[in-house]
Amino acid sequence: MERLGAQTIKLQNPPTIVEVASIVGPKEGQGPLAKYFDQCLEDEFWGEKTWEKAESKIIKETVNSVITKSGVPADQIDYCFAGDLLNQCISSSFGLRELNIPFFGVFGACSTFVESLCLGSIFVDAKAARNVLCATSSHFCSAEKQFRFPLELGNQRPPTSQWTVTGSGAAVVGENGSGPYITMVTPGKIVDMGIKDANNMGAAMAPAAVDTLITHFRDTGRKPSYYDMIITGDLGYVGKEIVCELTETKGYNIKNNYEDCGVLIFDKEKQDTHSGGSGCACIGVTFSGYFFKQLKDKKLNRILLVATGALTNATTSQQGESIPGIAHAVAIETSIN
Amino acid sequence: MKPIETKQEYSNYVDQKSPNSPILKNCFNAFWVGGLICTIGQIIMDFCKFKGLDETASSTIVSIVLIAISAILTGLNVFNKIGKFAGAGSLIPITGFANSIVSPAIEYKSEGYVMGVGGKMFTVAGPVLVFGISASVIVGIIALLFM
Repeated sequence: MERLGAQTIKLQNPPTIVEVASIVGPKEGQGPLAKYFDQCLEDEFWGEKTWEKAESKIIKETVNSVITKSGVPADQIDYCFAGDLLNQCISSSFGLRELNIPFFGVFGACSTFVESLCLGSIFVDAKAARNVLCATSSHFCSAEKQFRFPLELGNQRPPTSQWTVTGSGAAVVGENGSGPYITMVTPGKIVDMGIKDANNMGAAMAPAAVDTLITHFRDTGRKPSYYDMIITGDLGYVGKEIVCELTETKGYNIKNNYEDCGVLIFDKEKQDTHSGGSGCACIGVTFSGYFFKQLKDKKLNRILLVATGALTNATTSQQGESIPGIAHAVAIETSIN
Repeated sequence: MKPIETKQEYSNYVDQKSPNSPILKNCFNAFWVGGLICTIGQIIMDFCKFKGLDETASSTIVSIVLIAISAILTGLNVFNKIGKFAGAGSLIPITGFANSIVSPAIEYKSEGYVMGVGGKMFTVAGPVLVFGISASVIVGIIALLFM
């Protein structure tokens, strides 16, 4: 591999995303992308007694599903990179404790999926692994419990608030395959522009997304139009608009080929999700469900996948701290030139 | 648009970009739902008095009935829908107080009855109790000294 510019890594032997899998909750199963997911659950508990157990089961079953679908024998998957939102990443570590594959717990808040893809693809490119597994999960109910209020509390959500996606997305990335390939990796810096409102995560994370996007374009010399689609993770309606406008002030126009998974996954009007979806699973399931099929069908050939995370918790919010954001990017292309 | 460099500029920009809550609609819904809850309370009160109970007993029964109804509606996953619609209208009367105690009790049952239900039951209502009781003590002392 080769370093480009300030932050980007160009992969010399671009790894293939061999297979993906996605399982989502009932609300996502009623959303506009429902038909693309492997499985839509009928209830949030999925037969478990607690939200945390349910989330662990979702990531466990998603990982089992991706391994089966990929046809790669489990003993040829050398490392697993996974993380989630719950304290100490327990959904991943509890869900995958019987997986028997060396495990890296990754925390990048909602940027975890792409952070895992960054690390995993570098491992494969460096021949440190033949195949790696990258996975993430989030659950509306466990996230509300940890970060906000009990579900049954009768309060109102402001229009800037977002709805945590229930689900899990997982990918097997391997050295052998015919694409889609991960060609570039741009890990992001922590960017904090002083937003303190925990009900406006889109605005808190948007500057990090802008920073990573601009850095990626400068490092690689690529223009936004090089990509068929630039996709951010969970900025929602508010954050998406901010990213569009701020990148333009820096001289890059992404308006025509830019989408946000938080905007795509729910129907804002019918599903009452305010500014859109959020959570690790937002980009995890939207990529694994929707965009991967678009790449496989060659409807999209070059995408820049940028996952955004808000590196905060309930304690720091109560202490009046601002919310640091982060964004990691991977370029995924169906052919290598 | 000019490039944004400082946190202050960004904060102003975000304020302008973020949609505000529909305050008029929220106030209207809070007003009539809150009024309706209080009217229901008054009907119960008048009924109790009609049946021959005195003022204190009647108002105690009003509290008990409203708390019971909100606790049951919380358990049935209905109260949060009323709260979402009515906001302060269902939060400020005693109904909101009942909801704020029952909802964490349900949520944290998974951590056991002692540390879960017992320990977390007052996470939302705790501040109301602490400052409500403190305020009543202060007012009581003032009343004792000056009246």
